[in-house]
Amino acid sequence: MADELLRVENLEKHFPITRGVIFQKEVGRVRAVDGVSFSVERGATLGVVGESGCGKSTMARCIMRLLDPTGGKVIFDGKDITTIKGAELMKVRRELMMVFQDPYASLNVRKRVGSIIGEALEVHKIGTPKENKARVQELLDVVGLNPEHYNRFPHEFSGGQRQRIGVARALAIRPKLIVCDEPVSALDVSVQAQILNLLKQLQREFDLTYVFIAHDLDVVRHISDNVAVMYLGKLVETAPGPALYEHPRHPYTGALLSAVPIPNPDVARARQPIVLEGDVPSPINPPSGCRFHPRCPRFQPGHCDVDEPQLEPKDGGNKAACHYPLETWPMSDLRLHAGSVPAGT
Amino acid sequence: MALLDVRDLKTSFKTDDGIVQAVDGLSFSVEKGETLAIVGESGCGKSVTCLSIMGLNPRQNTITAGEAIFKDRDLLKLPQDEMRKVRGAEISMIFQDPMTSLNPVHTIGRQLIEAVQLHENVPKQAARRRALEMVKAVGIPRPDARLDDYPHQFSGGMRQRVMIAMSLINNPDLLIADEPTTALDVTTQAQILNLMNELQRDFGSAIILITHDLGVVAETADNVLVMYAAKAIEQGDYRDIFYAPRHPYTWGLLSSLPRLAQGAELKPIPGSPPSLLQPPPGCRFHLRCPHAFDRCRSEVPPLVPAPDDAEHLDACHLDEQSKQRGAEDIVGRMKVGA
Amino acid sequence: MIRYIIRRLLWAVVLFISVTLATYLIFYIIPVDPARLAAGKAASPHDVQVVAHRLYLDRPIYEQYLHFLDRLVLHLDLGYSYANRQDVGTTVLNAAPITASLVLGSVVVWMLIAVPVGVYSALRPRSVGDRIAMTGVLTGISVHPVWLGLIASYVLGYKLNLFPIQGYCAFSGAAPGETCGGPVDWFYHLIVPWTVFAILYAAFYVRMIRSTVLDTLNEDYVRTARAKGAPERRVLVHHVLRNAMLPVVTMLGMDVALALGGAVLLEQVFGLPGLGYVALHSLFQFDYPITLGVVVFASMLVIVFNLIVDLLYAWVDPRIRLA
Repeated sequence: MADELLRVENLEKHFPITRGVIFQKEVGRVRAVDGVSFSVERGATLGVVGESGCGKSTMARCIMRLLDPTGGKVIFDGKDITTIKGAELMKVRRELMMVFQDPYASLNVRKRVGSIIGEALEVHKIGTPKENKARVQELLDVVGLNPEHYNRFPHEFSGGQRQRIGVARALAIRPKLIVCDEPVSALDVSVQAQILNLLKQLQREFDLTYVFIAHDLDVVRHISDNVAVMYLGKLVETAPGPALYEHPRHPYTGALLSAVPIPNPDVARARQPIVLEGDVPSPINPPSGCRFHPRCPRFQPGHCDVDEPQLEPKDGGNKAACHYPLETWPMSDLRLHAGSVPAGT
Repeated sequence: MALLDVRDLKTSFKTDDGIVQAVDGLSFSVEKGETLAIVGESGCGKSVTCLSIMGLNPRQNTITAGEAIFKDRDLLKLPQDEMRKVRGAEISMIFQDPMTSLNPVHTIGRQLIEAVQLHENVPKQAARRRALEMVKAVGIPRPDARLDDYPHQFSGGMRQRVMIAMSLINNPDLLIADEPTTALDVTTQAQILNLMNELQRDFGSAIILITHDLGVVAETADNVLVMYAAKAIEQGDYRDIFYAPRHPYTWGLLSSLPRLAQGAELKPIPGSPPSLLQPPPGCRFHLRCPHAFDRCRSEVPPLVPAPDDAEHLDACHLDEQSKQRGAEDIVGRMKVGA
Repeated sequence: MIRYIIRRLLWAVVLFISVTLATYLIFYIIPVDPARLAAGKAASPHDVQVVAHRLYLDRPIYEQYLHFLDRLVLHLDLGYSYANRQDVGTTVLNAAPITASLVLGSVVVWMLIAVPVGVYSALRPRSVGDRIAMTGVLTGISVHPVWLGLIASYVLGYKLNLFPIQGYCAFSGAAPGETCGGPVDWFYHLIVPWTVFAILYAAFYVRMIRSTVLDTLNEDYVRTARAKGAPERRVLVHHVLRNAMLPVVTMLGMDVALALGGAVLLEQVFGLPGLGYVALHSLFQFDYPITLGVVVFASMLVIVFNLIVDLLYAWVDPRIRLA
């Protein structure tokens, strides 16, 4: 068993919905994260992919203990951190950091950049002010910024530079794990590439472990060792990067992959994408059985809407939660339907 | 005869800090039924270009020069009330964020009917029937009931469909779509692009698609215009841009795509786009260009055709050999899994 | 929506009880000798005893309060002024229309000023007109209404003899013993008070309307309307104002409620015997029942008005109505 830095077991986060005129009573729950399990090895990168509303950001915050899970466990470096509080939590916080999505909103506009990066050092009382300043300037250099800009304000930097500041901030206290929540989505393509390169380089230099959350499959593929696909609060597939992209097993993964536009016109125009119908259902009332069944092109009535499939190993090293996983890839529309050949073939 | 012929378009804004030249001499044309993609990063001027054609820039503090000939009329010189007749009927525009592009206090039926009645003297019932047809055509379930719903009762993808319905309801000759799928999930984006494709076939409209996503360009465009810092730096049909690119910026954009790097290190363009208040002298890209030499720092490169293809233009001082080599280099690196 | 209404109604009831309880405590529990206060300065010890008995002051506190509430709610009886030998309810109801005339008329005037000026400023920010408007706003906020009222009364009324100096005329014609009456007189006597009252509020509202309209002009749906080919006029009315005025309506409701509670200063300056005037004078005369009556009445008005505004807002904004 390889060296696990993070392990999540059946993680749940439900938000109650209350109704009532005077006395609020719970009438339902938003099942944002509904039983997610995975593990991440030291020094590796786990990519988590999913669309809006699938719960990936909520899950990230549960791992970071910015939200308290309503069920399940988060085990970090061998220690169960699911419910710890106070001084114990503070100690753990030194090893878990986060990089956020919006470089314009995640930096305090009234604080100088040096202060933003050094805040964690101050809070955890590490080092003297002089030592910390030197450290912050070193970090600015490491992320590709000018150390002399220590006293500037966030608005004096571009989006890409601000994101570098966010990364420097995350690195300041030498964490073991960095959770990146859509760190490049708000950036232009060329800037995205710069930040991705930076993250990869820093991972090598400082032996970091990443949980990288994004909705852009190409980006996730580029940076991850393993990838997990989330849908409506659950993981539908996990696999090593190449395995996921070369032979996805879950139809949703297939739909996601075929939805991503390919920047190669001949290839793009030749393929037949799987286009899903309708919208993502609400996480308050998830569909019965397999949550993906109302939109799944391989749906079999009587089975998929009754029995919820579990995440199980399938061919090629992927684990998928599906009764009728994809057998080959790419698949044309016709071959998509499981079981008997559809009429008209 | 092209449907829209833009010649030397220049748009500048007067700001407190000085004059910002947001579009600096753009020329292109769009044929009937065709799709032109305008690609570039934020701040390059692609949105302003289309807003200028539509006359939607704020009237104070905007100076527009050049020509935009549409069906024998120069749109830039049309008086306001003439332009209003064109907007929404002959040329329509849809925008990026569907969550905020619809008025929250009117039903979508009312907003669709408004789109019709602004241009035709049609009684409400007839307008409503047209609205119903369009809503069906864009694939919204239970269309009749949904016409009386408010925007907040629709999801992002559905709202964008409503916007598309609203833009096509008067059968325009040209549809301008400004980053229509950027704010949507990837599967919703696939649905919307699919829809736009179908409707283009059914209605025969030309489309100008503004985007920063080269994947979307590869899937939908007939012609491509690449913009950088308010100027066009490369123009041609889609095969030219993807399989024979001639400008270092285009090479840089293609090298920044994770999809095309296949795990190898990305080769991004260093630095960031320049300020349009004080653009660099000579070629605007020279400060970030790995191939820059002396001439690039002082002389602005003109947009000239390639020796073997008059329709493929680029603005770069590099010699022909270097351009060919650069193109081969990039295309060689484009290994894409299916 | 129904749930929203019920919740607001219940909340209004809670507010009502809190207000009446607080008032009751202030007037009947805290003072050393409430009966003496109620009876008035001229009362004899015997009178005081009678009053004490009538006001249930010899009963336990909760019984007193319940009796007070019972009187108020079930009989709509605000009490009796022993000092002036009048039913408080009648006094209040006589004064209310006067305050209403002053306030509601002012509302019309201030909105007639604020909406066009605010919208114009928003459409032409930093133009000469806008700068003049903003200076006007600053002046309007800084000028004290009493000072302005007195100056207006003196200059326009006394010196130039253009308007009456003081006094109120009933809309429905002269009552016996009054010197003026009828709509024309009513209007004539109120026009200066209206304008003075309106200046301060108009200043606030010009600023607020300018701000909400400026914000709304930048909204994406306004750009969509223009892209559809809507003429600027239509964009302004159907899209911009329709949304920009929503917060203004809420503020308006609250301001009217507060103003109705007693436009004390200006009623005093212009000699209009409205609620504020009555409250002030009853305080000078130590006539507590009337003071109490006005306070209760005014509080009720504020609660009712806020409730109406909340309901109106919910109806007008479909995002709340259909939640």
